[in-house]
Amino acid sequence: MNKNFCRKNFFRRKAKKIRVLIAKPGLDGHDRGAKVVVRALRDAGMEVIYTGIRQTPEAIAGAAVQEGVDFVGLSCLSGAHNHLFARVVRLLRKKGAANIAVFAGGIIPAADIPGLKKAGIKEIFPPGASTRDITQWVLRTAQ
Amino acid sequence: MNSLIVRRILRGEVASAARLMRDLDDEIPSARAALRELYARAGRAHIIGITGPPGAGKSTLADRLVEAARKAGKAVGVVAVDPTSPFSGGAVLGDRIRMQRHATDEKVFIRSLAARGSVGGLSRSVFDTVTMLDAMGKDLIILETAGVGQDGVKVAGAAHTVLVVMSPGQGDDVQALKAGILEIGDIYVINKCDHKDSEQLARSLGLALEGAAPRDGWTTPILKTEALSGKGTAELLKVVYEHRRALDGAGAWERRSLNMARSAFMELLETGLRGFINEECEHGAECRKLFGALASRKTDPYSAAKTTLRKLLKKSPPAPLSKRGDNPSFRKGGRRGI
Repeated sequence: MNKNFCRKNFFRRKAKKIRVLIAKPGLDGHDRGAKVVVRALRDAGMEVIYTGIRQTPEAIAGAAVQEGVDFVGLSCLSGAHNHLFARVVRLLRKKGAANIAVFAGGIIPAADIPGLKKAGIKEIFPPGASTRDITQWVLRTAQ
Repeated sequence: MNSLIVRRILRGEVASAARLMRDLDDEIPSARAALRELYARAGRAHIIGITGPPGAGKSTLADRLVEAARKAGKAVGVVAVDPTSPFSGGAVLGDRIRMQRHATDEKVFIRSLAARGSVGGLSRSVFDTVTMLDAMGKDLIILETAGVGQDGVKVAGAAHTVLVVMSPGQGDDVQALKAGILEIGDIYVINKCDHKDSEQLARSLGLALEGAAPRDGWTTPILKTEALSGKGTAELLKVVYEHRRALDGAGAWERRSLNMARSAFMELLETGLRGFINEECEHGAECRKLFGALASRKTDPYSAAKTTLRKLLKKSPPAPLSKRGDNPSFRKGGRRGI
């Protein structure tokens, strides 16, 4: 175990890390799901910034740009996703950070998914998505 | 003439600055040329270190200091470090939650960093990030360490003013007498002062600091705050300014700046050497032979280390700060390591 441990974790720790910001836009205090995703991404070796509940799209985009992340993961359970998610994408573009990929999860009806993707959300993880799906998607997209 | 990215950063383009910080954190060699240009422009900011045990209220206090400094019209940078998992290499950076209300303020730049294997509450790239914020014209830079125990003293070499934050209910009087973080503070802050045990903590801390000779014309005060409500935090910033005046008066500001430059340099030198040594010992057949000789007690660690060190120093290191970050195979290896 020893040798593998050193190799995998200490010796190679300088490899380029994936940085992700997880945020909850809007008036929605339920962040259990967001925290589960934070933890899954951490365990997959990523640096995850969590900004807490009740964030405005402006604060989320501002934080994502300052933190220089590769991904922004948005979670919304309140039903305001169509407006809020699209606004985050727009603000990122405006701030010169169109390279940041936005993905999302929460209570998202299947009918809303095409519209969200058209608005620039790269992937949606509706109820039932596993943390493995999410980490695998992030790892794949990062390459 | 400055390079394009440097011009952009100096113009205040946040996205460019954030990207360079990222590349420096990932140790990409090309980023260092840009840093060189920025380094020459830095050296004006007042750097305030905040350290203390986990959960003492460092981030909340940092948020309050930002608030107070913004009221006075200062531009503020914050660098907040959180620990990296030694198992997965991942990290949860949660300091920002407490400061998120400043996310839309253009005069505030908050950056979270993972320790990435560094000990003592800082990450190696902390110095680079601070340099960048400094060059970008921030008046105050708050450097928040990861939660530290009793010997996380590195921040003393990275800041002009060190705040040691403690909260009540974390040990008896003897804890306050111990060496380590209780010697590096320029200002001691007892946070959560509404807690019933805060008086007792103030007393034992006062006893521990009593009779300490003034350093750089400054006698370390103990302040009480309640960061959550903001009680005492404006006063805290005033005392931070007083500390700066005291340093200036005693001619100690330059001395501290010199010490900080030295720390950053030594840190880099050590990182480079450690990387070189690790690489040699991971892949060198000689070292492996040596491990066997040690395990079978044919030699002792002191002699083995001495001869190996002598041999290593004769070799030229693959650029002490190796170009590993640029090596695609290495990067791929890192991903697989996940």
